[in-house]
Amino acid sequence: MELICPAGTPSALRDAVAAGADAIYCGFSDETNARNFPGLNFSRAEMAESIAHAHDEGALVLVAINTFARAGGFELWQRAVDDAVDAKADALIVADVGVMEYVARAHPQQRLHVSVQAAAANPDAIQFYVDRFNAKRVVLPRVLSVPEIAAIAKAVKCETEVFIFGGLCVMEEGRCSLSSYATGKSPNMDGVCSPASHIQYREENGMLVSRLGEFTINKFANGEAAAYPTLCKGRYQTSEGAGYLFEDPSSLDATTMLPELKKAGVSALKIEGRQRGRAYIERVVRTFRQALSALDQGLPVPSDALRGLSEGQSTTVGAYKKTWR
Amino acid sequence: MSVSNSSVTRMPVPLALAARVLPLLPLQVLLNICLGEIRSRHPRIFDRLGSHTSKRYGLEPTDLPIAFVLEPRRMNPRITAVRTLPSNLDARIAGPLSALIGMTDGSYDGDALFFSRDIHVDGDMEAVVALRNAIDDSRVDFLSESVVWLGPLAAPIERLLRSIVGSSSLRHEMGAGGGG
Repeated sequence: MELICPAGTPSALRDAVAAGADAIYCGFSDETNARNFPGLNFSRAEMAESIAHAHDEGALVLVAINTFARAGGFELWQRAVDDAVDAKADALIVADVGVMEYVARAHPQQRLHVSVQAAAANPDAIQFYVDRFNAKRVVLPRVLSVPEIAAIAKAVKCETEVFIFGGLCVMEEGRCSLSSYATGKSPNMDGVCSPASHIQYREENGMLVSRLGEFTINKFANGEAAAYPTLCKGRYQTSEGAGYLFEDPSSLDATTMLPELKKAGVSALKIEGRQRGRAYIERVVRTFRQALSALDQGLPVPSDALRGLSEGQSTTVGAYKKTWR
Repeated sequence: MSVSNSSVTRMPVPLALAARVLPLLPLQVLLNICLGEIRSRHPRIFDRLGSHTSKRYGLEPTDLPIAFVLEPRRMNPRITAVRTLPSNLDARIAGPLSALIGMTDGSYDGDALFFSRDIHVDGDMEAVVALRNAIDDSRVDFLSESVVWLGPLAAPIERLLRSIVGSSSLRHEMGAGGGG
């Protein structure tokens, strides 16, 4: 199984390569990618230099152009595709069918991956992308159990990639409007979930209070691990008491699921976190490279080594084990 | 207050007490020489900061009785040492000195330090995120590059500084995310 690692900057990409990534995914500094954060991402020159470096070291680079093209602004997405192809990207990760159609038509030799943002969660949807746009791989949304992933991998004529570590969405990838509702900006259209421009942190009566736009998202007591101020992971007051209504602030860690994912026929394992620093990238990539080596040698896979890097300092295997069913 | 299993080291109390009588003016002169060196070596920091070069950042080592105001102007960046941070800042980043240094040299992840409550941030979060990303990409080694202008004295003074705040390799071993 390939290890697919995030990079938000050229330095992070170099660290991911050095730590043992088989491939690195990254994006341009604009709203064509779903991590459009201040100070993050790659200029055109940085992308070309970084791809050349990765290739010298035997790693691949996958360029994420995975937001949905804005009406009247399609040229931005076309230019991103053209520039990524010119920079010798090994694959493009795309969510929008219009952008996929452009890739297939203008650059038929370019390898195409279906982004998790496309929310392709059944064999028919995936096969559509394969048949229509010659997609070679699908990044599966984090809504599927391992048996469901195995059934899909068996049924489709393309590779499958699944997330194994990092921030976890509320299982509506590509369809979530919570950030848009609160701030007017969304990961789908603008490349930002809960944008920094709308976030406030305040100390109130000894508690850390996080707000997003007009909404109080959470209050953390002294000594309690904090989390991102996303609406899906907010703690809300209801008639039943205060609690996490949608999802606990927790990160995905599927280390213990690696043997089952291998058995399921998964081709590639993805680490989330292009917005994270080099320290996160280096440590998570190195840890999973060691885990995969152990797996290949039939040794026990070490687990729970990354809790300190996780949101809320807690981890989950998410939908891979649907214990709530 | 950080979570109970935080691995971030704090400045020894005697050193923190000694900093109370440290004259700020010479420190400020030294810091601005260092900032000039960093500016010339890492121009890409300012590209990544973009419009946030006009912001005023408060950097507050919580284990020291001094703080700093950073104005990362592209042409004439400035850092000012103060006893107390002024109120007219765009953003504030507070935490133990080793955490603040560790975020610059890539041994600590800023988000993880936030989750573990080792650092506190407030004010303009876009400015904070842009600064974090710009510094992280630059690979600036603040301690090493701060003393490079000292010539033959650079190596021993760097060793002394690292013994105070902890070396980056030690921070790696202790867990890049803080909080274990």
